[in-house]
Amino acid sequence: MSEVSIRLGVDIGGTFTDVVLEKGSETYSTKVLTTYTAPEDAIIDGMHQVCAKAGVDPSHIGQIIHGTTLATNALIERRGAKTALITTEGFRDVIEMRTESRFEQYDLNLNLPDPLLPRQMRFTVGGRIDANGDVLVDIDRSEVEAVVDKIAKAGFESVAVGLIHSYLNPTHEELMRDILGEKIPDVAVSISSEVSPQMREYERFNTVVANAYIKPLMASYLGRLEDRLKTEGVACRIFLMHSGGGIISIQNAAEFPVRLVESGPAGGAVFAAHIAGRYGLDKVLSFDMGGTTAKICLIKNQTPKTSRVFEVARTYRFKKGSGMPISIPVIDMVEIGAGGGSLAHVDAMRQIRVGPESAGSEPGPACYGRGGERPGVTDADLVLGKLDPDNFAGGSIKLHPEESKSALSDHVGDTLDMDAVEAAFGVAEVVDENMANAARVHAVENGEDLSEYTMIAFGGAAPLHAGRLCEKLGVERLLVPPGAGVGSAIGFLRAPFSFEANRSVYMKLSDFDGDRIKSLLTDLKTEATGFVRTCDAVSPILSEFKVYMRYTGQGWEIPIELTEEQAMNPDEAAFEARFIEDYSKLFGRPVEGMDIEITVWSVNATTPPEQVPRIGEADGSGTATAIGQRDLFDAAAGKYLDTQIIERFGMAAGERATGPVAVIEDETTIIVPASRDAICQPDGCIDVVLRPTGASKNVEG
Amino acid sequence: MTPEHSKVAYQVMWNRLISVVEEQAQALVRTAFSTSVREAGDLSAGVYDVDGQMLAQAVTGTPGHVNAMADAVAHFIRRIGRENIQDGDVYITNDPWEGTGHLHDITMVTPSFHRGALVGFFACTAHIVDIGGRGFGADAHSVYEEGLYIPIMKFADRGTVDETLTRIIRGNVREPDQLIGDIYALTTCNEIGHRRLIDMMEEFALTDLNGIATFILENSRRATIERIAELPQKSAAGEMTMDGFETPITLKVKVSVQGDKIISNFEGSSGLDKKGINCPLVYAKAYACYALKVAIAPEIPNNAASLAPFEIEAPENSIVNALHPAPVALRHIVGHFVPDAVYDAFDKIVPGLVPAEGAGCLCNFQVSLRPRTDAPAPAGARRSEVLTFNSGGSGARPEHDGLNATAFPSGVMTMPIEATEHAGPVIIWRKELRPDSGGAGRTRGGLGQYMEVGAQEGHEFDIQAMFDRVDHPARGRRGGQAGAPTTIAQDAGGPMNGKGKQFVAHGRRVVMAFPGGAGYGDPSERPIEQVKRDLARGYISAETAADDYNLSRADIEEVEAAVARGDAI
Repeated sequence: MSEVSIRLGVDIGGTFTDVVLEKGSETYSTKVLTTYTAPEDAIIDGMHQVCAKAGVDPSHIGQIIHGTTLATNALIERRGAKTALITTEGFRDVIEMRTESRFEQYDLNLNLPDPLLPRQMRFTVGGRIDANGDVLVDIDRSEVEAVVDKIAKAGFESVAVGLIHSYLNPTHEELMRDILGEKIPDVAVSISSEVSPQMREYERFNTVVANAYIKPLMASYLGRLEDRLKTEGVACRIFLMHSGGGIISIQNAAEFPVRLVESGPAGGAVFAAHIAGRYGLDKVLSFDMGGTTAKICLIKNQTPKTSRVFEVARTYRFKKGSGMPISIPVIDMVEIGAGGGSLAHVDAMRQIRVGPESAGSEPGPACYGRGGERPGVTDADLVLGKLDPDNFAGGSIKLHPEESKSALSDHVGDTLDMDAVEAAFGVAEVVDENMANAARVHAVENGEDLSEYTMIAFGGAAPLHAGRLCEKLGVERLLVPPGAGVGSAIGFLRAPFSFEANRSVYMKLSDFDGDRIKSLLTDLKTEATGFVRTCDAVSPILSEFKVYMRYTGQGWEIPIELTEEQAMNPDEAAFEARFIEDYSKLFGRPVEGMDIEITVWSVNATTPPEQVPRIGEADGSGTATAIGQRDLFDAAAGKYLDTQIIERFGMAAGERATGPVAVIEDETTIIVPASRDAICQPDGCIDVVLRPTGASKNVEG
Repeated sequence: MTPEHSKVAYQVMWNRLISVVEEQAQALVRTAFSTSVREAGDLSAGVYDVDGQMLAQAVTGTPGHVNAMADAVAHFIRRIGRENIQDGDVYITNDPWEGTGHLHDITMVTPSFHRGALVGFFACTAHIVDIGGRGFGADAHSVYEEGLYIPIMKFADRGTVDETLTRIIRGNVREPDQLIGDIYALTTCNEIGHRRLIDMMEEFALTDLNGIATFILENSRRATIERIAELPQKSAAGEMTMDGFETPITLKVKVSVQGDKIISNFEGSSGLDKKGINCPLVYAKAYACYALKVAIAPEIPNNAASLAPFEIEAPENSIVNALHPAPVALRHIVGHFVPDAVYDAFDKIVPGLVPAEGAGCLCNFQVSLRPRTDAPAPAGARRSEVLTFNSGGSGARPEHDGLNATAFPSGVMTMPIEATEHAGPVIIWRKELRPDSGGAGRTRGGLGQYMEVGAQEGHEFDIQAMFDRVDHPARGRRGGQAGAPTTIAQDAGGPMNGKGKQFVAHGRRVVMAFPGGAGYGDPSERPIEQVKRDLARGYISAETAADDYNLSRADIEEVEAAVARGDAI
């Protein structure tokens, strides 16, 4: 790298491609429309724009970090390669039979989503591994060859291999990979014991199929991107953001493209974690709300919480179980169908319902005046005074409050005997309550008390709702960072190189085998470290050890973090103590007399996190100058209050504004409820804090 | 609270209560030991007002708990006595008639106190794997043989657990640690609900739940009654027949839409069975209510008011109104067929709404493995009990095919076979769709599935079969054909029964085919593209395509060629 390190962060989203260039401490960003047919075009375009702003030549870019929704979209839109699955005889339909249950019990006309591969694209061969990893029935090479011949003849472009218990013994899958490589070397191959060596065949097979399905597409895209960048004179290495919140090499990304799913949101969580570092916050709730969905993530000790499985492409009102499960390391996020465009209606119980149906940008909510008749969250926000009709999106879209009012009256107020304002209040309260409920449930599932948390909000609609959400959740402090519109791309630049390797191996504490544990964790460490080394040849690499444990007989494992010392010198008593400690924290009390077992082992290798310097926090002794005032409906007070308007970028560090306040900027407005004050911090974050005692405003439900 | 915003506040509170019970249920799934709860979702949780009226209930895997839970708390209040209800109490029962239908469901109720006053109750139920007695199965001749009976009583009195009761429970069941673990999990689950309720009451400065209860119940009642009022006001009769244990069982029902209620009357249904597949009324009511509610008012949440308009009547000691001391352990088998009987009638009142018959009851079996006894067993051989949940195909809907290998009316999940094989020395050799099992029709019945089960080397086992539709496959509607029946046999030949405990020798496997759902409408009206798609996927064979759907030889060959080319159809 040159004297001043120049790095580029690129996030391809559904609508926009965000490009951020960082030169030393300076940051330049742009948004360009995503170019679906050749996504690299938008990147090149955006790159030239930020290079011009920064006055640097593209050839001086030292590193590019890239995240993308392309993999996710290919899965959602079913635009993958012609793919075949080879699986164990007797189990052809695992990815189709799912859990044999209906994710919505109260819908007689429910249909389950089609599997990625229809039945005729799923082939079986004999051979069987048992639950101990021993070979129960040998595999017959000639039978495999016959299936491969069929696959070759049908012209499949990609093949997934998923066999029963292969996470314990991959030899049969590896043999198939070798035969496929010999007979049809041009066809992409993915095997489940490499892509996702975890127990539970439905999740594992789905994951390997998803990987195979998007592999040719992603490999071709990443190849083209490299070539284009070379043509443009950019010779640096390109790395990819993965769903677990770290970065991997372009080669690994092309081999395991399923790990790129959710890379954009992961960047957002890393961005929030970085802000948390700046303020020395150990407990943070990140809240990202856009046009159609809201995402919530817990960040402890400046590290986003991760999980081993998640669902992509939910087909039914974002309902759990309606998508496809992908078992890879992933930042654990709750996603709900609540955004600025979410539409409201009144159901048979005369309850206001909001989302997940969304107005989209055309015709948009009623206030756009483009023919949208149904009220959306944005309409409620407008009527309540949270938005300025003349300065929405920097004044580029003129909003029509009268259209909002009539839509709210027609679709909500008239049925409920409410005027447009009360209807707007109802819609805003319901959407905020939906998000608050999701956050509460997520916190309880993780044994956390949100009142100890700080919220960090980003995304276009989040600052409008975050203040009220904090009131509902008992969260005292809210930070709204600048640059939130390109948060994910900035997050990419803050992410470490990392790779998590994990494996399912059952071990009861009563059969504790320290030597085996040591060798297993050492293998995983070697594997994970190997991936990171291909990205960074010199940095030290840290290993984070985690095991998943439960009482024998339970179905739900809880993650237990181990120190390197505990992992490399395994001690039964120490494992037990760590489990009891975490179990009690989650569920109140341990269970006497039950054996404990370990089910999954995991090692995350990562370069050390960037040392984030703490900023000197302003106490807000200055007074911000209002540029005007308007009526803003305060949800806690239940009425309109006279509210100051303050320009975000007119606020100097250390200035305070007493709520209620609307802090406006081009992209969004930060609504500061009457219960809180806003302080401008030196890094440009707007710090919304609960006003200390003496608050005279009427605050109630 | 300012009156003009109370409407908005109530909206928020109702929303919150539903979230609270969902969270309560989630906590139970994560901490329970019984596979039936943690893997299959056989549990329930709800919140009640001071009078025991259910205000909200979690949507879980089992509609069977719906009405039973709604009625349960009132029984607790009556039995415990209002004057004896104290802060810190926890109540327990597994009474089949005042709980949820068999001894294997433990129901626990916790009173909720706020600022010293009783404000409501939380209740939850879980299906536990063992309660002593003969073990889970249909073999008992009376409820006394089916396990330990716990009448409605205090498990904890003002925070102190009844150690005598705990010792009695421990001494009477096969897996005492697991069961006690589950009882504590249920207690915790109510506790979580209680804490969240109090948070809500603090936030909204409520001293009682009267206002929100009235709001919820009135809106629910009105919405439900509106739906019923829109229906043709008439009656129709329906019936269906199932295998039963030794003799077939017929369910007869007259469904009457009467203004603000729907009555399902089971007059004429079979009498009690000698074996434990009898169904207490509360459980039959739950499935009758579920069947109607999912058809006409699916989005109205379950609570005392939305359930009340669905009434049930049945003669005492008929198969759907078994009284004490009838054996009832496998009451789910009859219960799961109640919707098919109700739909047979309801289809005559509102044509074109309800599905054809489906697989009905879950295709569950339990294997009891042990070291082989016919020859010396290897050193590592062990005893183990493994329970699995599986589903056949659901019935075709008027506009959609039935669902393949998916539970209906139950909503429970299957277990991964990789997890099942870790639970004991069992080997599942096959678990995949069963082609040609979905009844032909304009819309096709869902496919059943094949399963094949054996033991690891050195083991033999008993299989406890809980299957039906061996002799009575699902019947089609409006010209649709029947689904395929259940079959069960040993791999070396030799017939087996659909129900009961049967021995399987070392080295042998049990080969099972679970039933398909029935078709809906005339198969000749099925769009040819869908017939071709089914053939390409192998849902149907070439013979079925030709025989049932008149697909031409040329079309069949075209489909087969496309499959060989790997073309999507």
